[in-house]
Amino acid sequence: MPLDVYLNIVASGLLTGLVYGLAALGLSVIFGVVRVVNFAHGEMMVAGMYGAVLLFAAFGLDPVLSAPLVAAVLFAFGYALQRGLVNRFVERPEHMQFILLLGVATILLNALLMIFGPDSRGVHVDYAFDAVEIGPLMLDAVRVHAGIGAVVVAAALFAFFRYSRTGKAIRACADNPLGARVVGLNLDGLYAFTFGIGAAVVGIAGTLMTLIVEVRPQAAPEYTLLSFIIVIVGGLGSLPGALLGGVLIGVTEALAGFLLVPSMKTLVSYAVLILILLLRPQGLLGRRS
Amino acid sequence: MTALLEVEGLSKRFRGLKAVSDVGFAVPQGAIVALIGPNGAGKTTTFNLIAGVFPPDEGSVRLQGRSIAGLKPHRVCAAGIGRTFQIVKPFGNLTVEENVVVGALARESAVEPARRLARAVLARLGLADQASRPARSLTLPDRKRLEVARALATRPTLLLLDEVLAGLRPTEVDRMVEVLRDLNRSEGLTILMIEHVMRAVMALSDHVVVLDHGEKIAEGKPDAIAADPRVIRSYLGTEAL
Amino acid sequence: MTRRGALLFVLFVAALLAVPLVADRYVVSVLTTVLWFAYVGQAWNVMMGFSGLLSLGHALYVGLGAYVSAALFVHFGIGPWLGLWAAMAVAVAAGAFIGFLGFRFGVRGVHFALLTIAFAEVARIAFDHLAWTGGSGGFFIPVDAAGGDDLLNLRGSPTLFYYVALGLTLGALALARVLLHSRLGYRWLAVREDAEAAEAVGVNLFAARMWAVMVSAALTAVGGVFQAFYFNTLFPEQVFAMGRSIEIILPAIVGGIGTLFGPILGAFILTPLGEGLTHAIALTGVDVPGLKLLFYGTALVVIVVFLPDGVWPWLAARLRLTRRPGEDDPS
Repeated sequence: MPLDVYLNIVASGLLTGLVYGLAALGLSVIFGVVRVVNFAHGEMMVAGMYGAVLLFAAFGLDPVLSAPLVAAVLFAFGYALQRGLVNRFVERPEHMQFILLLGVATILLNALLMIFGPDSRGVHVDYAFDAVEIGPLMLDAVRVHAGIGAVVVAAALFAFFRYSRTGKAIRACADNPLGARVVGLNLDGLYAFTFGIGAAVVGIAGTLMTLIVEVRPQAAPEYTLLSFIIVIVGGLGSLPGALLGGVLIGVTEALAGFLLVPSMKTLVSYAVLILILLLRPQGLLGRRS
Repeated sequence: MTALLEVEGLSKRFRGLKAVSDVGFAVPQGAIVALIGPNGAGKTTTFNLIAGVFPPDEGSVRLQGRSIAGLKPHRVCAAGIGRTFQIVKPFGNLTVEENVVVGALARESAVEPARRLARAVLARLGLADQASRPARSLTLPDRKRLEVARALATRPTLLLLDEVLAGLRPTEVDRMVEVLRDLNRSEGLTILMIEHVMRAVMALSDHVVVLDHGEKIAEGKPDAIAADPRVIRSYLGTEAL
Repeated sequence: MTRRGALLFVLFVAALLAVPLVADRYVVSVLTTVLWFAYVGQAWNVMMGFSGLLSLGHALYVGLGAYVSAALFVHFGIGPWLGLWAAMAVAVAAGAFIGFLGFRFGVRGVHFALLTIAFAEVARIAFDHLAWTGGSGGFFIPVDAAGGDDLLNLRGSPTLFYYVALGLTLGALALARVLLHSRLGYRWLAVREDAEAAEAVGVNLFAARMWAVMVSAALTAVGGVFQAFYFNTLFPEQVFAMGRSIEIILPAIVGGIGTLFGPILGAFILTPLGEGLTHAIALTGVDVPGLKLLFYGTALVVIVVFLPDGVWPWLAARLRLTRRPGEDDPS
């Protein structure tokens, strides 16, 4: 029944794509507010993955449960990074910000490499080989957990920006930094808070990701690029766009991995990116500037 | 005799909002024409439409009888229009002289003659002693002068000046007015200027065009315009005439 | 340049010419690497430093240059000096394609940088699957152990490659200087500083940017040809890696973006430091993967925080090598 096969591939790609989308959401939040492209995004994600691996190894903690702990640590890291380093680059030319965060990424990646070594590590939860059956679909339980986790965190993030006082203040900063300063908002503080949120979100995406794949430090740049691709496909600065882009790339990758050689699957994501840049540079849900 | 610049039925909308609507006027050869109006009247948009920053939705722009509407800015420059920007745009990390050399290279293909032309233009605008300073280190009046120098170096037949006097002290205004008058008289340079400094408009221009809410509401001799009730009304509460 | 600067430059070149006469193989090979990075950094600088176009995918042009010349040599026996032109042509075509797509469709800044990465990645995956050049298993240029120095086929001793690298670096320096003082060079700088103002004084933005990409791609491809014949082995995973693109841009950033001597100075700082660090790590006997790159990352952060314009403008002002800070040559 080829249709069932395709349905299953699409569904599992969709679930993975939700986690991708969550990671990209972190990037989008930072870019949308601080106007800085976080080149160290994949490295933060991998740091989150190692957090989950460590907590699982030490206490047998399920990645879904270790997510809040990892998020707290990464929030602190993101906050400090913005306060101590990135903040003084906010007004500098784009390429300088890029280079700064490239340096941060290189430091993080190689620190992780020195601590954990180049070999893959994984989390082996006891439901690793279970399947969830929904109609014609047979889905990996781990993927379902990860996908649901991503949706919950994304929903919490949307609610935070929509309803909380801080969330509204951050949105005001993003819309009009000067105006926000004029009405007495503490821009530096809110920027740092935002960077912290972005880091926490990608950290959670990392912990959820360990349910699906093993982690090695060298994968970090790929995750950075993946997040970039998703954000641009979905539309820079658009939060729903990031999730949509994630799902699109997740499904495309899954289909490409099935139909082509698996090693060619990233090629398809790049093809999607190039097409989007050419046909709709503002992204699927982005506004034309 | 046809005018140097003829603008007819010019219209431009941004997201449905009419920025300029059915504007028409002419700039005769050798004249100084002022474009005035309250903030948001569509003056700079009109400039940008002439200079090719974006194409008009409707209408025509002709320079020496040749249509230039919809041309890219560098083609408009090649056709003979030089412009300055309301918010000055110096090439900050280049020297003052290098800024003007870039302008001169619009007509010169070799660097040496361009440099000679640039030096002459700088001397004319009183910037010769600043030539080797980086442009970003200049004061605002000097930056405004640099804007004019860079545009002049492209050897335009028509110079578009966007508020080159705004933010200058009265003595600096007088100096700039003197330079512009001299360029007009001795070299026959035609000027179209957006200006808020009414004293300078009165002193310099042969003809004034008034815009309000994207439409032309009056035009004529400076004295007649100053007495025109429609013009006074459009300015009331925003600018003192 | 001041007299003092000119004198130092002549001494510097003389010292480089004399190196193989006095130094051992190891020093010559390290300096060959230094010169290669100086050369490729100069080529990248034409895009970023002169024209303000951030390319993070320059490994693409290195790789195309390397693979085209190596394939012509291995499959058809066409020597590198002839293959060079084909290599440049292919890289220019690739650069023109990326530039055309990017500039026509208004892809700017971060988006443009991403487009360059994307194309380098696409090339990496494509060459991984291209059997004609060995795919992911690698592509090898046969080494003739018996042969002496053969400049015509670029086969020979490290000294031969050293002098070729020195020639390339000095040639690129001279070319960059000529370009910077040409009409095109002035236009590039204007576009870098303010595109809208540049257009208003008659600069065709699209043409200026296309020229920058094409010149940079052609120069970089020559660096690729050198790499192919120097190392004799090519792996897509290494040649087209994003890390490679980063390595290429580091010297120019550390030395000073947009300056003529920045890429050279940057290469002379980074490569020996990296070598020294490798040795220091080897001496301690502990094998720590990543320590060297950790150091590079830290250096990068320290440089952009404390010397954002790079080391060259700072050094030149200190030693009074140029007449004003950041300036290479006030003619």
